[in-house]
Amino acid sequence: MKVKVISRSTDEFTRERSQDLQRVYHNYDPNLRPQEKAVEYVRALTAAKLEKIFARPFIGALDGHRDGVSCMAKNPNYLKGFFSGSMDGDIRLWDIANRRTVCQYSGHQGAVRGLTVSTDGRILVSCGTDCTVKLWNVPVATLTDSDDSTDNSSEPLAVYVWKNAFWAVDHQWEGDLFATAGAQVDIWNHNRSQPINSFQWGTDTVISVRFNPAEPNVLATTASDRSITLYDLRMSSPARKVIMRTKSNSISWNPMEPMNFTAANEDCNCYSYDSRKLDEAKCVHMGHESAVMDIDYSPTGREFVTGSYDRTIRIFQYNGGRSREIYHTKRMQRVFCVKFSCDASYVISGSDDTNLRLWKAKASEQLGVVSIFLSRVFAVTLHPREQRKHAYHEAVKNRYKHLPEIKRIVRHRHLPKPIYKAASLRRTMMEAERRKAERRKAHSAPGSIVTEPVRKRRIIKEVE
Amino acid sequence: MGAKEENGDGGGIRPPIEQEISKELDTNMKKYLRGEGANLEILKDKKLKGQLALREELYGKSAKAAAKVEKWLMPSEGGYLEAEGVEKTWQIKQEAIAREVDILSSRNQYDIVLPELGPYTLDFTSSGRYMAAAGRKGHLAVVDMKNMNLIKEIQVRETVRDVVFLHNELFFAAAQKKYPYIYNRDGTELHCLKEHGAVLKLQFLRNHFLLVSINKFGQLRYQDVTMGEIVGNFRTGLGRTDVMRVNPFNGVVSLGHSGGTVTMWKPTTAAPLIKMLCHQGPVSALAFHPNGHLMATSGKECKIKIWDLRKYEVLQTLPGHAKTLDFSQKGLLAVGTGSFVQILGDFSGSHNYSRYMGNSMVKGYQIGKVSFRPYEDVLGIGHSMGWSSILVPGSGEPNFDSWVANPFETSKQRREKEVRSLLDKLPPETIMLNPSKIGTVREAKKKEKPTKQEREAEMEAAVEAVKGFVWKNKTKGRNKPSKKAKKKQELVAKAKRPFLDQQLKGEQSLSTKKQKLSEEVELPASLQRFARKKPTA
Repeated sequence: MKVKVISRSTDEFTRERSQDLQRVYHNYDPNLRPQEKAVEYVRALTAAKLEKIFARPFIGALDGHRDGVSCMAKNPNYLKGFFSGSMDGDIRLWDIANRRTVCQYSGHQGAVRGLTVSTDGRILVSCGTDCTVKLWNVPVATLTDSDDSTDNSSEPLAVYVWKNAFWAVDHQWEGDLFATAGAQVDIWNHNRSQPINSFQWGTDTVISVRFNPAEPNVLATTASDRSITLYDLRMSSPARKVIMRTKSNSISWNPMEPMNFTAANEDCNCYSYDSRKLDEAKCVHMGHESAVMDIDYSPTGREFVTGSYDRTIRIFQYNGGRSREIYHTKRMQRVFCVKFSCDASYVISGSDDTNLRLWKAKASEQLGVVSIFLSRVFAVTLHPREQRKHAYHEAVKNRYKHLPEIKRIVRHRHLPKPIYKAASLRRTMMEAERRKAERRKAHSAPGSIVTEPVRKRRIIKEVE
Repeated sequence: MGAKEENGDGGGIRPPIEQEISKELDTNMKKYLRGEGANLEILKDKKLKGQLALREELYGKSAKAAAKVEKWLMPSEGGYLEAEGVEKTWQIKQEAIAREVDILSSRNQYDIVLPELGPYTLDFTSSGRYMAAAGRKGHLAVVDMKNMNLIKEIQVRETVRDVVFLHNELFFAAAQKKYPYIYNRDGTELHCLKEHGAVLKLQFLRNHFLLVSINKFGQLRYQDVTMGEIVGNFRTGLGRTDVMRVNPFNGVVSLGHSGGTVTMWKPTTAAPLIKMLCHQGPVSALAFHPNGHLMATSGKECKIKIWDLRKYEVLQTLPGHAKTLDFSQKGLLAVGTGSFVQILGDFSGSHNYSRYMGNSMVKGYQIGKVSFRPYEDVLGIGHSMGWSSILVPGSGEPNFDSWVANPFETSKQRREKEVRSLLDKLPPETIMLNPSKIGTVREAKKKEKPTKQEREAEMEAAVEAVKGFVWKNKTKGRNKPSKKAKKKQELVAKAKRPFLDQQLKGEQSLSTKKQKLSEEVELPASLQRFARKKPTA
């Protein structure tokens, strides 16, 4: 007869020395794990509750400005350096990790309306309502940064005066041209004191401008005639225009899908468009209660942050109709500009109350402590086991997030009373409108009233 | 379903070995896919459809990876016993097996004779490393089976009817004469569970940390051992029984009663989930297959039945008595009667149990309990003269998972595991007949029309409420009895009106339906003049 019995030798299954790791064996057979769905559900519930316990997104406020912050810029080469311009012409370079001003650039007579940094991160371009464009030198970061005190003001490298007040400025991602927005769109070179090119379509003010991250010659602008226009620098005239019902305050291109951009609109929504097909929005992102003032994409391209006139900041998924997160503070007044940090972990907002605020992009994320010796390091990485644990919690929560108990915990956000009331009022109004439209449709001949999807409804027309 | 098998080399015929391997992997993959994939065709929401299609693909990939791990990375292989020539497997004796097998395994075959301390029952921890043995006359012992080390033995000097380990080897519960007690590994008495009464059988639900007991009066109690809360306390109403078993697949407790019925219970309802008539005589033993679909019951009328728990039908009936039954991790069934143990196996995969092995003990030994040791090819037998252990090749799961049950656990690992299993403790509401229903959508219940009796009862209740109304005594000559009586009548009629209206509506619809049906019937020519004419427009 042939016989074999299970026999495990202890040496094979235990470690030899105490310095070795313990041996771990896996058997993924579902029969060994009864009631696995219930166990996963309990884990999802615990993970949702823990996430809420650890959700502390606000890190700190950077104060120093004496008037409301009107614009911000991030340095593509240096994670910690952020520029902000205020309504009284003061421009500051901040060290985000230590929350201090590194350098102060004064010289603008009126409000600073636009800030941008050149591709190599050495030159800061600013423009303002005093019809000037100024170029400044950005100090190179050294290890002795922390000793520098705030008042390190410098003289502008160059000052270019032009015919009209400027509303925005943006630099090419790879190149040495920058574009300003004012009465028309002007393209400048660093060394020329006059724009090398100008575009104009209509007589309205252009209020914001953004270059495409992948195509250095494509840029998008918004104007006060409620339009979003696309330009190509290689052509002599603007390329296309889409006119909406309300004005867009700002645009941001998706860095990972450079043909898509999202516009922050006055009607409290953000509209994502595919630049090749402008007759219909890809997605409408709803959530804010008042005009959305600024928008910025995360470098991952998977989410974006918006700041609105209703004193809140919201973070949306790139394809999500509702916000993932909302940040608010009693002291934060009208938010005029927001930026996502270049490592996708932080969000900086500049608001009317002269402060810049630093928030975490993921409210319950554990970010490492920054020590004074590691001032270059922005965040300490977690142990791989911890990372896997976080990833597991995310995954198990996502699997069961539609079940009532877990949904209640995951979706819950405390809203300040005015926002809550405004939101319910708006909801009642929109519900009433929707109901009336539905009834009108139900009582008219079938096919006579066609409901347009929201993505199309807000667009008036597309013009070549 | 998930992923499709991809061709490694671009086109061409693969070598036969590779084809065989991929076929094997495909069949194994089914186990890890845990059922059929979702039907995405009925979805209209394109975004959701895309997301779900991505997820289904991911499930396919993970099932494939798990199948590959199973094929290539498992450290041990299962046991087997094959007879050669005219010999049959059930004729092979334990001594013959012990001769063929290595020393370490032959040490697993022994008889421990303790004649004075009564019939013994056993319980193993989930990793199979520790065993608790209890003699009827009060002998409690915890043994480490790896080294055959006696960890602790105590004499409680009273009748002990059952013993069960709690979540690990540090705690065990013993059902003593008046109440069950919980002891430490060092033999210290930790708790005396007075609420349970004189318990006949104890079971422990590991994922829920619930201690279940059935006592002399047929009362079933669930107690949460983490906080000591009594979660459920039910009178079964079916008398005294000492046949109780937990179904490991869904956590449902089933009792076998003296009328031949088997009832299944969960801690949140007072009535049994299922009541099935299994035998014509009292049920003497009960066992569940680890996959949760098979149940073996034996009755005193000398029949052993194997049931399919999805359809609640008998799959197989075998003749024979059974004092005790147990399923092993690999699906072998051990049947113990008198001093003979028979082990049945299902080799064709079609739920047809046939003889695999047998073992006859010394004539005087009356077998009380058989229990397979997890992750080992060993069967523990508790009998009237002590306990024994025999080798049953092919009964245990050869590959354990360190995160589920680790026979080589260190104390640090045990502590960590205890904390993690407490964090994952399932609430008692999750016990249900089909545990995979968690997370699915409940079917919308069709609103049932209340039956005639219910409607009448409601009407009567409404009328009663009205009649119970206390009238205010009016003064100045307005308090006439006739007026009061009239008012009362009006109120009663008002209360009855909605119900009568409903009835009328129902009857009207019925009559219109009847009319519609009857209009299709053609009357013969002589009766045409009696046909109901359609009302003119």
